Amino acid sequence: MFSEVIKALSDGFLVTLQIFGITLLGALPLGLIIAFGSMSRFLPLKALVKTIVWIIRGTPLMLQLIAIYYGPGLLFHNNIWNYSNGRMTAVLVAFIVNYACYFSEIYRGGIESISKGQFEAGQVLGMTKSQIFFKIILLQVIKRIVPPMSNEIITLVKDTSLSRVIAVYEIIWAGQSFIKGAALIWPLFFTAVYYLAFCGILTVLFGLIEKKLSYFSA
Amino acid sequence: MSVLEINNIKKSFGRTEVLKGISFSLEKGEVLSIIGSSGSGKTTLLRCLNFLETADEGTISVNGSTIFDGSSAKKLSDSEIRSNRLHFGLVFQSFNLFPQYNILKNVMLAPTLLKRGSPEEVEAQARALIERVGLSDKISSYPCELSGGQQQRVAIARALALKPDILCFDEPTSALDPALTGEVLRVIKGLKSKDSTMIVVTHEMEFAKSVSDKVLFMADGIIEEYGTPDDVFGAPKSEKTKAFLNNSLERF
Repeated sequence: MFSEVIKALSDGFLVTLQIFGITLLGALPLGLIIAFGSMSRFLPLKALVKTIVWIIRGTPLMLQLIAIYYGPGLLFHNNIWNYSNGRMTAVLVAFIVNYACYFSEIYRGGIESISKGQFEAGQVLGMTKSQIFFKIILLQVIKRIVPPMSNEIITLVKDTSLSRVIAVYEIIWAGQSFIKGAALIWPLFFTAVYYLAFCGILTVLFGLIEKKLSYFSA
Repeated sequence: MSVLEINNIKKSFGRTEVLKGISFSLEKGEVLSIIGSSGSGKTTLLRCLNFLETADEGTISVNGSTIFDGSSAKKLSDSEIRSNRLHFGLVFQSFNLFPQYNILKNVMLAPTLLKRGSPEEVEAQARALIERVGLSDKISSYPCELSGGQQQRVAIARALALKPDILCFDEPTSALDPALTGEVLRVIKGLKSKDSTMIVVTHEMEFAKSVSDKVLFMADGIIEEYGTPDDVFGAPKSEKTKAFLNNSLERF
């Protein structure tokens, strides 16, 4: 029985990891784009971006998942997610947009905390805006945002369990199925071991990144 | 021909008129010190020259060609501003070295990005400049490992790496404790040659007196007095200059 449970939980955890990894890959760059939007000097764009961030951060992720998955079918009688990986795609869209909004505020805080002198030093040396951002500012921003980012990213590991609400087979679902199927409660609690182990690895990883960036002070 | 000629530069922030029509010219190889109390517009003037601020009116000409004309309706494009900036170098009061790069890389970064020669040439030139400011032994240190005076010397090398026509210093020693100002001022003095034109905004009167060819005293956004150090320090004409110099040179 134990090996059967481990097999099912591990299968579920692979899905969890998939949601986690793809969400990060999408949300990290999208968050930067949203951050630039919310710092834009073009006011309509800034207002639009700020409104979107307000809505996304102001409503539960679970609600967003349900809205994205069921919304098209209920509103337009057009279930765009009606294909084999449809549920998973809906989950990824919801997670990437949601996390990008949170990341964008962390990026914005980081970018605005860099002294104006760093931008000006690049300017008087004849650099272009993108050279200034990528060659001077970005690494200093990364150094400053590692602690808040690690918080968000560790929250993401556990938020993946929300995808269960639109029936994506991740680890919580896998554990829960043993209650109905085999009258076993411990597999559900055993999922915590997976979460703990993975978050432990991430914590060590973030510690290494912080250490790696400690050679300079900014 | 003057290397720099500025004419009737005006600049306001909101309703506050900071520069009320500044005109002067500078010959190649001259060192100009700009003195004056805080808020007189010295720093704003330097920032207008470096296009960190855009003057509202007036013209700026370098080597006889007008690079800025406040009366022309045409807004300068980003690339025009960038090429204009390259006529000038600026050393900041707060150094503004790039903390994540070591000293060599700080000096090499801009010439590398601007493709000023092969990587070997850029590095050789950077090493020579770092030696010139006396920091060869710190070449692979990071800015946070250097004293303020050393950081400022690196900032000078970094500005020189792009070979600007005119090198500007914005109160280069104001963020340093007195023990460190000497080394920076000696480096600036050492740069003086027939080819290097410099503008130094400073509160160091002795430095202005001994190093500069011209001294410009600014008060309330206008040039109150302009002349050789002997003229300005020895025989100031304006009452404001006299009062300022008395205050600055007062010994406690």
